[in-house]
Order: sequence, then structure tokens, then C-alpha cells
Amino acid sequence: MGGFWRNFCRNRGAVVGLVILLLVIATAVAAPWLFPGSPWDMAGMPFAPPGEMGMWLGTDSLGRDVAAGIAHGARVSLLVGAVSTVVALVIGIGLGATAGYLGGVADDIVMRFTEFFQTIPSFVLAILLVAIFTPTIGSIVFAIAVVSWPPVARVVRAEFLSLRSREFVQASEVLGKSRLAIVFGDILPNALSPIVVLSSLMVASAILLESALSFLGLGDPNLMSWGFLIGSGRSVIRIAWWMSVFPGIAIFLTVLSLNLVGEGLSDALNPRLARNREGKA
Amino acid sequence: MTRLLTVENLSVALPRGADRPHAVEEVSLHLDAGEILCVVGESGSGKSITANTVMGLLPKGLPVTSGRITFEGEDLLGLSAEALRSRRGRRMAMVFQEPMTALNPLMKVGDQIAEALSVHGKGAEARARVPELLAAVNLPDPAAIARMHPFRLSGGQRQRVMIAMALALEPALLIADEPTTALDVTTQAQILRMMREIQQRRGMGVMFITHDFGVVAEIADRVAVMQRGRIVEQGTAREVLDAPQHPYTRALISAVPHGRTLDRAAARPAPVLQMKGVTKTYQRGGWFGARAVVRAVHDADFTLNKGETLGLVGESGSGKSTLARCVVRLVEPEQGEILFHGNDLRPLSRQGWLPYRKRIQMVFQDPYASLNPRRKVGDAITEGPITHGVGRDEARQRALELLRLVKLEPSAMERYPHEFSGGQRQRIGLARALAMQPELLIADEPVSALDVSVQAQVLDLLAEIRQRLGLTMLFITHDLRVAAQICDRIAVMQRGAIVELGPTAEVFGAPKHPYTRSLLDSIPGRGWTPPELAETA
Repeated sequence: MGGFWRNFCRNRGAVVGLVILLLVIATAVAAPWLFPGSPWDMAGMPFAPPGEMGMWLGTDSLGRDVAAGIAHGARVSLLVGAVSTVVALVIGIGLGATAGYLGGVADDIVMRFTEFFQTIPSFVLAILLVAIFTPTIGSIVFAIAVVSWPPVARVVRAEFLSLRSREFVQASEVLGKSRLAIVFGDILPNALSPIVVLSSLMVASAILLESALSFLGLGDPNLMSWGFLIGSGRSVIRIAWWMSVFPGIAIFLTVLSLNLVGEGLSDALNPRLARNREGKA
Repeated sequence: MTRLLTVENLSVALPRGADRPHAVEEVSLHLDAGEILCVVGESGSGKSITANTVMGLLPKGLPVTSGRITFEGEDLLGLSAEALRSRRGRRMAMVFQEPMTALNPLMKVGDQIAEALSVHGKGAEARARVPELLAAVNLPDPAAIARMHPFRLSGGQRQRVMIAMALALEPALLIADEPTTALDVTTQAQILRMMREIQQRRGMGVMFITHDFGVVAEIADRVAVMQRGRIVEQGTAREVLDAPQHPYTRALISAVPHGRTLDRAAARPAPVLQMKGVTKTYQRGGWFGARAVVRAVHDADFTLNKGETLGLVGESGSGKSTLARCVVRLVEPEQGEILFHGNDLRPLSRQGWLPYRKRIQMVFQDPYASLNPRRKVGDAITEGPITHGVGRDEARQRALELLRLVKLEPSAMERYPHEFSGGQRQRIGLARALAMQPELLIADEPVSALDVSVQAQVLDLLAEIRQRLGLTMLFITHDLRVAAQICDRIAVMQRGAIVELGPTAEVFGAPKHPYTRSLLDSIPGRGWTPPELAETA
């Protein structure tokens, strides 16, 4: 564990990313105390520029506090990102493990099914799903999970294919362990590193997808989110730039930090690769 | 004879945190024209580092701290990178261990050799020289081979191409780093013979790096033995092989499998395992184009009697591992009977197999791949019995006894596999198999990934355990000396079929099949019998 930390910290970008990410999470957690009351309530004069009337980031066309919107929006964005990633991981690991471990016909069926999802443009499919199931937080999470599991399935399948023929897995077969015990006890723990790295990047893309959906007006109408903030500021961007810019920066920083953390994790979990990249053998 | 290469007091530092301060320490050796010097040592002894220093191919993290390397009167360490480059290839060349990765897969072989020539300004001669060089390394139909890509050649053919490339500019010095280790014995014998012949014809100096004393006996004029970065003994091949002085050399040579057959009473015929008509074929392709069908195992009938050890020997691709894996159902054969005490195991379901899992166990080849890196040794040994309903405490008790049996500390239980050396891991693998208290043990090349001294320890342990527990064993190996030492009977496999089967002494003494004969002729150093050495402290 100590070695893991040291390797992670060797990548400076990853440490910066982790700090930003922790700040975003802290903001989300502390939102009800930082900005008590509903972010939908009018807090001041409409179109107040940043700094005026005690609003650091200004107000929108209905006089709502943009800073409060961002803080409360962080809760929704992070929640959607995390939950949809977990759902996508469950689907992806389940299917990928089945395909990779069983091989043969099962592999063919699962992979054709996966490819079917990959051939549909994911954003269009997400819009379609949300539109059909009416926009609620549940349907948004479901839609994002449905469009983002195929890469997980492919990575897990590839790892399983190579690990399945390793001798320690064969040894477990010879010991007579059950298939489930082999999959979860022997193969999966050794396939975790790429899955962990991939999932940090998936959280980032889920946040982007959710923002894009909200921007198009397909967000949950009862929940404040970053995409909604940008969407509502779009039509008045020339007179109230702050309405779109600050939520945009929030999305940018969060996604960037997740990508940096993902890279740091990848370095820390494959220390040999990371060290070679620095040119020290 | 002219002195070609002198290495004086060479030391190369290792990065901080390594197990010793120097990769190579105060190494001095010399090589004359027309001479073959074998540098022998176990893995990590610094033999490859020495060779790479001469070639100027050291990685950046390993600086030369002292010493001189004189080659044809020039100090190599003082030369600029450019000056060194012009000598590399032209005056000194190198052949690497792994012929599969040393050639560019996208370039025709002929073009690769031509490139070696044109780098040193002799591109104009390439047309005429390439076929000539390929012919010099005994490749049939050089013109056709020159037009092929590396993937169409076998391992032995690729290594010949590598040697042809190294010889292209007629270097005075050839460094060969384990050039035959990745090859089958029969191919190895051909390559060694060819290298010897070319070296004599051209009067080259050859520095030959190997871990195999058989190869040394076959090819060396002089020998330098390395241990932990130092040369511990140097002398003519006869002196070092037949009358070694240094305790380390003596230990290494007495660890070489002596190949003397066991003299044991024949087992009473009480069949434990019978293989009848087992066939396994692999198919490639399909959909478009013709299917390629490979018969991995066919005509491989044998009977294994109680308490006996049957050796399955053959070269890579002969089907010996596939056959062994059929017995434990890691490979499912499509035909035939696998009779274990008279019960056919082949048609059984996964569930039906369970009771037999306890009775048939396996030890694997690669000690680094056969243990789950994320599971403690104790858990690895106990999980089999626990799966089969043994209580946790009893399983741990048994695991402790087994660790003692395979000569490991009880504290090993709480440690992870990466904390152990290759030989220790192999013993853990053995303990894991024995924890199930099997009657039949299948050992798939259990010692071929180990250094010779460790190999001897594991073989002794196997022999001892077999004796004590009355195990029946199916022992798969490509090393005939090892097979002779441990097996009661030998089955020789070639292209999926058993071509000869008989008591060890008979197979080795009076081989009937031509393939068995050619295998025996290819054992490196077959003319040399390791001397009987008194144990030294």
C-alpha cells in the first residue's frame, strides 16, 4: 500500500487532480450548509454580475445565485457520474467475465451483443432512452450506464482471456474449485488495475454526458445541475457571460481532475510502465 | 595466436536498492582469435552484463565504474558512441537469445541482412552476398529464404538468419548470448555444430554465454565461471569441467543432472492410469478459406502403474503437455478413454470430476505464473482441501506439515508469492498439489524454468517425496538427462504420437526408433560425464 502511494504521488498531475477532486466533493457535501435553502429560490436582482450584491458568481435571469447552483449541481453531477459508473461496471464486468472465461459460443454471443451497442452513437441512444422514459434522475443514470458499459466489457474480456490460460488459474481448476470461486477469487482480483483506471475515466465521461443531456433540457427538472445552468445561460451569453462560464469551469475542472487521477492510478498500478516512461530503467 | 579482446578489472555498478552494489565486479578475461570462450553462470550472475559492456550496449542506469576493455588494440570504453557504432557489426557482432523477437517481423530476411551490410557502406555487395551468407549457415534454398518474412521460419531457422546477419561483415569477434537456449535439443545440436564449423573456418573469436554445462562441454575451448558478478574460476574446458577447483563450480557441476538411470525394481503391474486412443485436434480458420487441422495428440496409449514414474519426453510441439493436460481435463480430448482405476474420466461432467480432483494433482512449469500473486502462500495451499470440505484448522495444520516437507519455514504461510525465489515457489506449488493427498501427480516441466543448482534441489525433493508418499507420477520434460534421472519408464513423443515406450535403461541404452536416436545424439555434451565430486562445504 505504501508503494502504491509513493508511485501515485510521483505523478504530480495526479496529485493536483486528486486535490481538485477532493475540493469538488467537499463542495458537494457542504452545499446545504454553504448555501442553505433551495438553489431554485430567488436570491437577488436578476442578471447581477459577479461580486455584486454579495453574490460571488452573480445571478441568473431569475435572480438565482449561480454559486449556489454550482454547489448543489456538484451533488447531482457527482452522484450521476458515480452511480452510472457503478451500474456500467456491474453490467460490463458481468458480461465481459462471462465472455472471457467461458469463451467459444458464449463469447461470440456476448461480443456480438456488445458490438451492437457500440455501433449506435452513444449520445443519440442516451437522448432516446431519456426521452422515452421521461427525464428523471433514475432514467438518466440508467441511460448513461447503458451507453457506457461496452468498453468495460471489452477490457474485462481481454483480461480474462489472457488470465484464464495462466497457470495459477489452471491450478485452481485442477484443485476442483467452482467456476464462480475461480472467476471472483483468482481472475478478477488480478484484472482489477485496468478496471479501476477505466472507471475513473468513465466517471468523467458520465458527468459530461449528464451535462450534455441537461443542456438539451433532458435533465431532471427537479434537480439543479451544471448542464442545466449552462443551458439556461446559453441564450443570454452576450449580456450575462457568468451564467455559462462558471458552470463550464466547474465541469472542466472536475473532468480534468478525474482524468489526471485516472492517469495517476494507471501509473501507480503499473509501476514498471510508469518508471520506464520517466526514462529510468 | 593474436589476442583479440582483453577485459581488465571491469566493474559495473547497479542502481541503488539492488541486491548487491555491482552487477559485475573486477572481471578480467581475455579472448584470442580462433578461440571459443564460454562464460557460464546462473541467472543474475552478470554474464550478459559483461557481454553487453563489451558491445557498448549497457542500459543507462548501469555505469562502468572501473576497468579497461581492449579490442584489437583499442580501448573500447574510451571510444565515442559514433566510433563504437562503426566497430559494432563490422568488427564485433552479437547474436541474441530470443530469435522470435530479434528480427523485424515486417521485413524480408534478405533485406534485413542487406541492411546490415549497407549500414557499413557495403550495400553494393548485398545482392551477391546475401544468398552466400544464408548458404553459409546451412539454410536450404537461400534464394527462397531471403524473400521470406520471419514469421514463416522456425525458431532454429531464425537463429541461423541472426547468425548470418552477425557474420555479414566478417567480424573478428562474435558474442553469442544464450543463442540456443530457446531452441529444441535437436536444433540446438545443429546450431552448435554450425557455429563451431564457421568459427574454425574464419578464425573468429567467440564469446559464448550460457547456463548449460552440456553446451559448454560441446563447444568451449576455455571457460569462465561467474557467480554474483565475479569470475570465480577460469581455465581450459577440460580443466574446469573435469577437475573444477572453486567450490561454486564444483557445486554447479555436481548439480548437472548426471543422466545415469535409476536402478529400481520394476513396479508390479497395477494400473492406475490408462490412456487409450486419446485424440485431441485443434482447428484454425473456418468461415472463409480452408480449415487448418492440427492433430496435437493421437496414438498416445500408455499405462501408468502404481508407484511408478513415467517420463513423457519430446520437443516443443510434440503434444506432451497437451496429453498431460487431457488427464486433468484442462484440455478436453474428443476421443478415447482415460481410465483411472478402470473408470473412464473423459465423459464425466465438471461435477462428476470433483471426487477425482483430490486424487489427481498437477505441478506446473512456470513458478512465476503458477501462483496467484494476490493470495498468501498459506491460503494457496489450504484452499484446495477447504474446497473439498476439510476444516480450516485441519487444512492449516496440514499446510504447515507440507511446508516442512518441502523445506520451507512455517512463516511462509503469511507471505505473498513474490517474496520467494523461483525454486521456493516451485516447492510451494508442489506443497499445494500435495495438500490434496493425491495418488497421481502430474509434473509438467517442473524444473525447466530453474537454475541448475535449484533444479537439482527440486528433483531431489520430488524423488524423496515420491518415495515417502508412494506417489505415482507422470513427469513431462524436454530434458533427457533429467528424465533419465527420475523416471522408471520413458515415453518418447513426436508430433502427437508416442513413438517409443520402454524402461529408461532400454530407451537410453538401445533406442529403437530413429527419432529417439536423434534426440539422444543431440544431448549437449553427451561425450562428457560430469565427474563424481566429493561434497564440499
